[in-house]
Amino acid sequence: MKITLKVWRQKNINTAGKLVEYQLDNVSEDMSFLEMFDVLNDSLTRKGEEPVAFDHDCREGICGTCSMYINGRPHGPQTGATTCQLHMRSFNDGDTIVVEPWRARSFPVIKDLMVDRLAFDRIIQSGGYVSVNTGSARDANEILIPRTIADEAMDAAACIGCGACVAACKNASAMLFVAAKVSQLAILPQGQAEHKERAERMVAQMDAEGFGACSFTGACSVECPKSISLDHIARLNREYLGAKLTSDNING
Amino acid sequence: MAWVTQTLSSSLGRKVIMSLTGLFLCSFLIIHMAGNLQLFKGDGGRAFNEYTYFMTHNPLIMTISYVLYTSILVHALMAFILTRHNQASRPIKYAYSKPEANSAWASRNMGILGTVLLLFIIIHMRTFWYEMHFGSVPMAEYDGKEYKDLYAVVQVAFGELWYVILYVICMVAIGYHLWHGFQSGFQTLGLRHKKYTPIIEFLGKYFFAIIIPAAFAAMPIYVYLQVHHII
Amino acid sequence: MKLESKIPEGPLAEKWARHKFALKLVNPANKRKYEIIVVGTGLAGASAAASLAELGYNVKAFCYQDSPRRAHSIAAQGGINAAKNYQNDGDSVFRLFYDTIKGGDYRAREGNVHRLAEVSVNIIDQCVAQGVPFAREYGGLLANRSFGGSQVSRTFYARGQTGQQLLLGAYSALSRQVANGKVKLFTRTEMLDLVVEGGKARGIVTRNLITGKIESHSAHAVLLCTGGYGNVFYLSTNAMGCNVTAAWRAHKKGAVFGNPCFTQIHPTCIPVSGHYQSKLTLMSESLRNDGRVWVPKTKEDAEKIRKGQMSPNDLSEDKRDYFLERRYPSFGNLVPRDVASRNAKNMCDEGRGVAKTGLAVYLDFADAIKRDGQKTIEAKYGNLFEMYEKITGENPYEVPMMIYPAVHYTMGGLWVDYNLMTTIPGLYALGEANFSDHGANRLGASALMQGLADGYFVIPYTIGDYLATIGPGDKIPVDSPAFKETEQKIQEQIKKLMSIKGQRPVDDLHKELGHIMWEYCGMSRTAEGLKIAKEKIQALRKEFWTNAKVLGDADEMNQALEQASRVADFIELGELMVDDALNRNESCGGHFREEYQTPDGEALRDDANYAYAAAWEYQGEGNPELLNKEALIFENVKLTQRSYK
Ligand SMILES: Cc1cc2nc3c(=O)[nH]c(=O)nc-3n(C[C@H](O)[C@H](O)[C@H](O)COP(=O)(O)OP(=O)(O)OC[C@H]3O[C@@H](n4cnc5c(N)ncnc54)[C@H](O)[C@@H]3O)c2cc1C
Ligand code: HEM
Ligand code: SF4
Ligand code: FES
Repeated sequence: MKITLKVWRQKNINTAGKLVEYQLDNVSEDMSFLEMFDVLNDSLTRKGEEPVAFDHDCREGICGTCSMYINGRPHGPQTGATTCQLHMRSFNDGDTIVVEPWRARSFPVIKDLMVDRLAFDRIIQSGGYVSVNTGSARDANEILIPRTIADEAMDAAACIGCGACVAACKNASAMLFVAAKVSQLAILPQGQAEHKERAERMVAQMDAEGFGACSFTGACSVECPKSISLDHIARLNREYLGAKLTSDNING
Repeated sequence: MAWVTQTLSSSLGRKVIMSLTGLFLCSFLIIHMAGNLQLFKGDGGRAFNEYTYFMTHNPLIMTISYVLYTSILVHALMAFILTRHNQASRPIKYAYSKPEANSAWASRNMGILGTVLLLFIIIHMRTFWYEMHFGSVPMAEYDGKEYKDLYAVVQVAFGELWYVILYVICMVAIGYHLWHGFQSGFQTLGLRHKKYTPIIEFLGKYFFAIIIPAAFAAMPIYVYLQVHHII
Repeated sequence: MKLESKIPEGPLAEKWARHKFALKLVNPANKRKYEIIVVGTGLAGASAAASLAELGYNVKAFCYQDSPRRAHSIAAQGGINAAKNYQNDGDSVFRLFYDTIKGGDYRAREGNVHRLAEVSVNIIDQCVAQGVPFAREYGGLLANRSFGGSQVSRTFYARGQTGQQLLLGAYSALSRQVANGKVKLFTRTEMLDLVVEGGKARGIVTRNLITGKIESHSAHAVLLCTGGYGNVFYLSTNAMGCNVTAAWRAHKKGAVFGNPCFTQIHPTCIPVSGHYQSKLTLMSESLRNDGRVWVPKTKEDAEKIRKGQMSPNDLSEDKRDYFLERRYPSFGNLVPRDVASRNAKNMCDEGRGVAKTGLAVYLDFADAIKRDGQKTIEAKYGNLFEMYEKITGENPYEVPMMIYPAVHYTMGGLWVDYNLMTTIPGLYALGEANFSDHGANRLGASALMQGLADGYFVIPYTIGDYLATIGPGDKIPVDSPAFKETEQKIQEQIKKLMSIKGQRPVDDLHKELGHIMWEYCGMSRTAEGLKIAKEKIQALRKEFWTNAKVLGDADEMNQALEQASRVADFIELGELMVDDALNRNESCGGHFREEYQTPDGEALRDDANYAYAAAWEYQGEGNPELLNKEALIFENVKLTQRSYK
C-alpha cells in the first residue's frame, strides 16, 4: 500500500506546529497503525530527520497511552478500539491520512502528537477512590454484590483514561471519564460512604482543569475505545445534584 | 449560601439551569400551541381573541408569563456563557475533523439553533406581544364585551410572504433544537432509565421536535392562504 | 559475597508471624521524618507507595509513563490467585504454597512462597474494599476460575482485565495519598542511576523525559518496583517501554542479580506477521480448554498452506497432527506453558509450521463449536476472538486460529532477602523486578498476587526494621558529592549516546539483540548456541556504541534517546542471561537446555548440583561477573520430576 501522511509536527509547547506531509510506499495491511509510524520513524531517522514523537506503551488497547486524532476521529475510523489496535487494512491504497494530537485546553501538546493528560490524574486525586487503608478491609465475601451490579460497575471501571472522549467532544468535555469513575464507585456498596463528596469534588476539579461542559452529543461514547455508556453521565448528574442538595457541605 | 452560588456556577449547575428553563419552555410550548390552535377555528378570530384576553388578564397566567420571560433570558444567558466556555476549552481547533461520524448535527449546533430562536422570539414578541401591550390594536366586540383584535394583527403579519417563510424556518430550527434538547434536558437532570428514556426520546423527537413545530408552522401558512383567498 | 537470605527460623507456617514480631518498628511520630523513594507505579510500586504513605512515611513515586495508571500491570488479563477456598474444593494456604513451589520446578525459597500464599487472602479483601469489581455469582458472592498448574479454582478475575482493575485500585489508593500530600508523584521521569554512599542506598538520579533535565532525589530507602525485562527479546507481550534500566544500573552499583536466564514463554500468542512487528499480543491461556492444537502431518501440506495454495479447512483429519494430544495423552492440550511452547517450536523447526512465516501452529475450535454450538463458544471467548480478528483480520470461527509462543515474564531479577532488600542496604526490589517467588517458572495468576503481596503486606513491615536501625538522620543531601558524581556520570553517558552519530536507528539494533536472544537463549538452549550468542552480543555491543543513530536534543522530549539508553542496558543484561543459562547445566521450568532432557524430551533437573539461586555480582566494566550461590533448602516439599504424560 502507498499512504500519504499529514502529521502534526511541533517541537514543544512554546513553538508553533504545522502539518507536514510524508509518503510511505511500503505499507503492509497487516501492520498496526503505530507500526506504520515505526516504519516512518525508521526512515526519517535514516534520512537524518527527527522521528515523530507519539505516546504508546502496551500496544494492545489497555494502557490508554496511545492517542492520535486520525482522519478527523480520535483513535481513527474503527470504533471500540484504540490507535494501537487499528490496522492498516482499515485504509485503502493511496489514502491520505491526517494525524493530529488530541486538542483541548486541558491537554497541552508536549511534542508532535504527544499531549499532557495529567488533568485526569488530578481529577482522580480529588476523589476517585475509596478511603480504605491497607489492612483494614474485612472479608471479601462479607458484602454481597449482585452480579448485575458488579457487571455494571465493571462496565464503568473499564475506562482506560485515554482521553478520546475529550478529544472527540466538541466542548472538550471530560464528563464521560469523570462519570465512569463516579458511577463505578456509586454503584458499588464500597463507594457509598463517600459518594457525595466524591461527586462534588471530582466535578469541581474537572471544572478547574478547564474542560468544557456536556452537551450530550454522545460523541464521547461512540469514540470511547471501551464504549462506556452515556448512562454513566446521567448517573454522575444525578449524583452531583443529589450531593449538592443534600450534603453537609455548605461552603461550596 | 456559598454552596448555592458554587453549584450554580459549576458546569453541571449551569446545565441544570439550562435544562430546567429549557424544559419549562417546552411545557409552555404545549400551552401556547393549544391556544393558538384557535386560529384554525374559522370563526373570524373570536375564539383566538378571547383566548388572548384570558391570557393577558388572568393573574396566575400573568405571573407565569413573567417566569417565562425570565426563563428565556436566563436560558439564553446560560447558553451564551456555556457556549463561550465550551469554545474556550479547545483553543486550537483540529485541522481536519469529522464530527458527523460520531454525533448528530443538532446536538452540535444548539448554540446556533438557539440564536436563531432568540432572534425569532424577539421578532415574534415585537410583532405580537409588543403590539398587544403597547401598540394600537383594533378592537373587536363579542357579546357586548370589548376585546383587542389580535387576530387582525396576526392576519396582517401572516399575510406577508417573507414573514411566513421566516416563521417556517424558525419552526424548523425549534424542531432541531428540541430534537436534541428535550431528551438532553432529562439527561442533564440525571433522569435516565432503561424503561423511561425511550419514552422520553420518543416524545422529544416526535411530539416536541416534529408535531409541535409543524403545528406552529401550519398557522402562518394557513392564515397566509386564507388572507390571500387561496383557500 | 555472603548472601544472607534472612529466612526466619521455625516451622514454615509460623515463619512470617514470628518474623513480623521480631522486626523493629518505627514509632508513628517518627515515620514522618523518613523519606522513601518508590520507582515504578505498577501493582508492586503503587501498592507499596500507597501503603507506606498511609503509615505516615513521606513517599516520592516515579514512573516513565505519563500517569501511574499506565504501568504494565494494566495489561494482565487472566486473574489473581488467592487461597480463599471459597469454592470448598480443597484449597488451602499450604496447597497454594505447594503448587507454586512445584510449578516453579523447585527453584524458589519455601519461606517466601509460603508467606506469599498466606497474604494472598488479604489481597482480595483489600482490593474488594477499594471497589475492584471482581466477577461475581448471581447470589453476589465472588466467582473463581481455574488456571493452569493447579487442580482447584482459586483465581479471582475481573472479566479479561484483572490487572487493569487491580492496578486502578492501587492507583486510586496512591492518588488518595497524593491528595493527602504524603506522596509526591514524578511522572514521565526515568530513573537512570542509583546513588550509593557509605554502603547504603541514598537516592536516585532521574531524567525528566519532557525537559531532559537530570535531577537528584535523596531518601532513606529506595524501592525498585520497575517490572520485568522481557523486552530484552525485543518482541514480547510486555509494553514497549518495559525495561531493565533501573534494576541494571542498581546491579552495577552492587545489587546482585538473581537467575537472569529464567524467562517464561507463553504458548498462546498471536504470531508475528512481518519484520515491522513491534510487540506480541497474548491470547488468554483459557483458550486451550476448548481449542485443539495441530499442524499438518507432512511438510508438503504445511508448505502448501504457507503459500496459500491450500486452506487448513481442506486438510482432512488423517492429515493433521494433534501433537499435544498425541504426545501427552492424559493432559493433552492442557500441558503447562513451557511444555506447550517447546512442542510448538519443535513442530515449526521440523518445517510443519503454518502462516506465511512458518512460525505458527493452529488452535482449532471447529470441534468445540460442533459440540457446544457457536453461541457457547462466543459466550466464553467472544472478546478474545474479536481481539484476534482485529489484529489478524481473520475470523477464528471459520478459520482455525494461529498461535505461537512469545516471551511473557521474567522470573529472574534483583536478588532480595526475605525482607525484599537487595544486597545494597536500603535498596529494595518488589514485584517482577525481584527474583523471588516463582523459581524457574511462574504459574498463571501468580504475578499479580506477588506484586500486591510485596507492596501491600510485606514491605510495610520489613522496611521499618531497616529505617529504625539507621535512624532519621541517616540521609545525605542532593548536593553532596555522591549525588553530583552520579549526575555527572549520567550526563556523560547521555552525551556519549548523542554523539555516536552512526547509521542505524536504535530500534533496529534492539531488533537484532532480540533475534539473538530468541534464537539462542529462548525456548530451548544449548551450550554451543549460547557461546555463539555471547560472541554475537559482544559484537552487537560494539556496533551499538559505534553505529547507533540518535537524533534530536538531549534537553527535550527525545524518545530515541530514551530507547537508546534502555537498549544499551539490555545488551549488557543479555550477555549476563547467556552466562547464566550456560552456567546452569540442567533443564528446569522455563530454562530448557537441550543437553539435559529425559528420554522422552522433558526437562531434566539436576537437584544435586543446581538446587540454588544463581546470584550474579558485577565486577566492573569488561570483567566477567562473579557467581554467588544461595542454596535452596526444601524441608516441606519433596522434589519430584514433573510428568504430564
Ligand atoms: C500481557 C500480560 C498478561 C499478564 N497476565 C497476568 C495474569 O493474568 N496474572 C498474573 O498474575 N500475571 C500476569 N502477568 C504478569 C504481571 O502482569 C506482571 O508480572 C506484573 O504486573 C508486574 O508488576 P510490577 O508492579 O512488578 O511491574 P510493572 O507493572 O511492569 O510496573 C513497572 C513500573 O516501573 C516503572 N519503571 C520502569 N523502569 C523505570 C525507570 N527506569 N524509571 C522510572 N520508572 C520506571 C514503570 O513506569 C512502571 O510504573 C501478565 C503479563 C503480561 C505482559
Ligand atoms: C432564547 C433562545 C434560546 C437559546 C439561545 C437556546 C440555546 C440553547 C443551547 C445552547 C442549548 C444547549 C446547551 C448545552 O448543550 O450545553 C440549549 C439547550 C436546550 N434548550 Fe434552548 N435555547 C433557546 C430557546 C429555547 C427554547 C425556546 C426552548 C424550548 C422551547 C429551549 C429548550 C432547550 C432545552 C430543553 C435544552 C436542553 C437542556 C440540556 O441539555 O440540559 N431552548 N438551548
Ligand atoms: S471514557 Fe472512554 S474515551 Fe474517555 S478516557 Fe475513558 S476509555 Fe478513554
Ligand atoms: S498503547 Fe496502550 S492502549 Fe494503545
